[in-house]
Amino acid sequence: MNNSDRAADIRIDFILISQMIKEGSTVLDVGCGDGDLLEFLSSQKNIDARGIEITASGVKNSISKGLSVIQGNAEKDIKFYPDNSFDYVLLSQTLQAVNRPDLLLKELLRVGKKAIVSFPNFGYWRVRFNLMLKGTMPMNKTLSHPWYSSPNIHFCTIRDFVGLCDELDMKIINHMAINAGGIKMKFDHLGIANFFATQGLYLITKD
Amino acid sequence: MKNKKPINMPPNKSQYENCKIKQFDRALKLDSTEELKSLQIAYNTYGTLNKDKSNAVMVCHALTGDQYLIGHNPITNNGGWWELMVGSGKAVDTDKFFVICPNVLGGCAGTTGPSSLNPETARPYGLDFPVITISDMVRAQVMLLDYLGIDRLLTVMGGSMGGMQALCWAAEYPDRVAGCIPIASTWRHSAQNIAFHEVGRQAIMADLAWNKGNYYEKEQRPSAGLAVARMAAHITYMSEKTLTERFGRNLQDREKLGFGFDADFQIESYLRHQGISFVERYDANSYLYITRATDYYDLSAGHGSLSEAFEGTKTRFCVLSFDTDWLYTTQESRTLMRALNASKAHVSFADLSMDKGHDSFLLDCPEMFDMVSGFLSATMKSLDRGGNL
Repeated sequence: MNNSDRAADIRIDFILISQMIKEGSTVLDVGCGDGDLLEFLSSQKNIDARGIEITASGVKNSISKGLSVIQGNAEKDIKFYPDNSFDYVLLSQTLQAVNRPDLLLKELLRVGKKAIVSFPNFGYWRVRFNLMLKGTMPMNKTLSHPWYSSPNIHFCTIRDFVGLCDELDMKIINHMAINAGGIKMKFDHLGIANFFATQGLYLITKD
Repeated sequence: MKNKKPINMPPNKSQYENCKIKQFDRALKLDSTEELKSLQIAYNTYGTLNKDKSNAVMVCHALTGDQYLIGHNPITNNGGWWELMVGSGKAVDTDKFFVICPNVLGGCAGTTGPSSLNPETARPYGLDFPVITISDMVRAQVMLLDYLGIDRLLTVMGGSMGGMQALCWAAEYPDRVAGCIPIASTWRHSAQNIAFHEVGRQAIMADLAWNKGNYYEKEQRPSAGLAVARMAAHITYMSEKTLTERFGRNLQDREKLGFGFDADFQIESYLRHQGISFVERYDANSYLYITRATDYYDLSAGHGSLSEAFEGTKTRFCVLSFDTDWLYTTQESRTLMRALNASKAHVSFADLSMDKGHDSFLLDCPEMFDMVSGFLSATMKSLDRGGNL
């Protein structure tokens, strides 16, 4: 995977997230990296932006851009925000890397009125075939690490995610799927999306 | 008359070079309920105040600092203490910002303190000087800001005790500060912090020359006590790694152990030098009063919790700590950051990786400069938009 692939990937992610967000809302980006998404949303939707980021370089770059970002651990530090303090809490490509995705999802919707969660889909057909035919853990654009050094410790499929939302009594307001070409695909049928999408993108709220 | 003045009497106000002096005739009410009948503040300003007076940055100095932020410091005969941070083209850019740096209340570089003349007796205050707090220091700075005709600071910032003043500004005068940058600082003095200060104070008070604070008109000052206080404090400003790398067990000007109590080790010689050079520029009573002020400092006092001290604040915060600082630890800054988040404040927080411990805030740390610069620009922009405040 090279940088231009990543840039194309992230761009579509950003645009789709931006479409889900109302103008002038308050947004917390959990795992905000260098703050690119927050900066994008600030320019597009004039949001009141905050972020949590664990890496020193991400925090430094974010704060240097003038963003309000704290260096911290998403699962630990989110606990200190009051209930309903944000219109939206974003979790972009991070769910699979946390200790307890279920508890974090609950926290996202305690702190935020709505949450937007994007994640790599382990149900993508190439992933399935890779495991079935080669018998090895899959690696591709969105799953770019070998199994032993991967920060991704809790993979899920789009269907798994929907199941978890159901279990946690969370309501799905909107869902989108992104295919291997980095293009938003039709989402008429869960099974088809779960087979062809490389990423899932969900707007959820408390039931 | 002037010739008869004993050697240890404080200098006249005209003797403070290279800084501005403002004498206030209004009394300053203190937390202790006492009053200071007259107040003098020595301060420096750098850069130009813009038309709408929106570009003022106040820099608060640390325990033994002064108003000489940049340029020649007549007390130390060196450059200013924060030339890496402040100046033309620096993070706190004096081409853009109007930077104000006052000497703290209780200090000894021109602002009223225990070495100043008590107007009632025409002699130095000594221990008649009232005990002061960090809030009192800020109250004096508010008077200076009023005098300068500035309603709101773009940002108030400082390292160590300077950060305490900055936080106190934000907690007590939220409408007058758009931004707040506490660096290597804390929200209250811990038992360990108080303990180290108590060692310093006891060293001063154990020196016979201290004479219950009445030494200004005597031949001798409590230099030995003050030097020991400085030596103990100086250890807390450095990381163990710095001590090991810089000094280790290296011997000072000798091949083998001296079997005596001279400075055998380089670290001893270094600390002695720190102590001796400090007493030349600092007043022992000021050291007592200012360390006391930091010990009394606890932002959560009088509030249900730390976050309540900042409830409803519109000030933007940038909290910076250093991973090797064991005086005001990362954990204290993190607690502060979490409390600020709990109060829904706009807060940034970064723990910077530096080898050198607490004193890192004074050193070359490009990440710190980038973040301070980015924060100041963003705070300026948010004011321009009429946002946040």
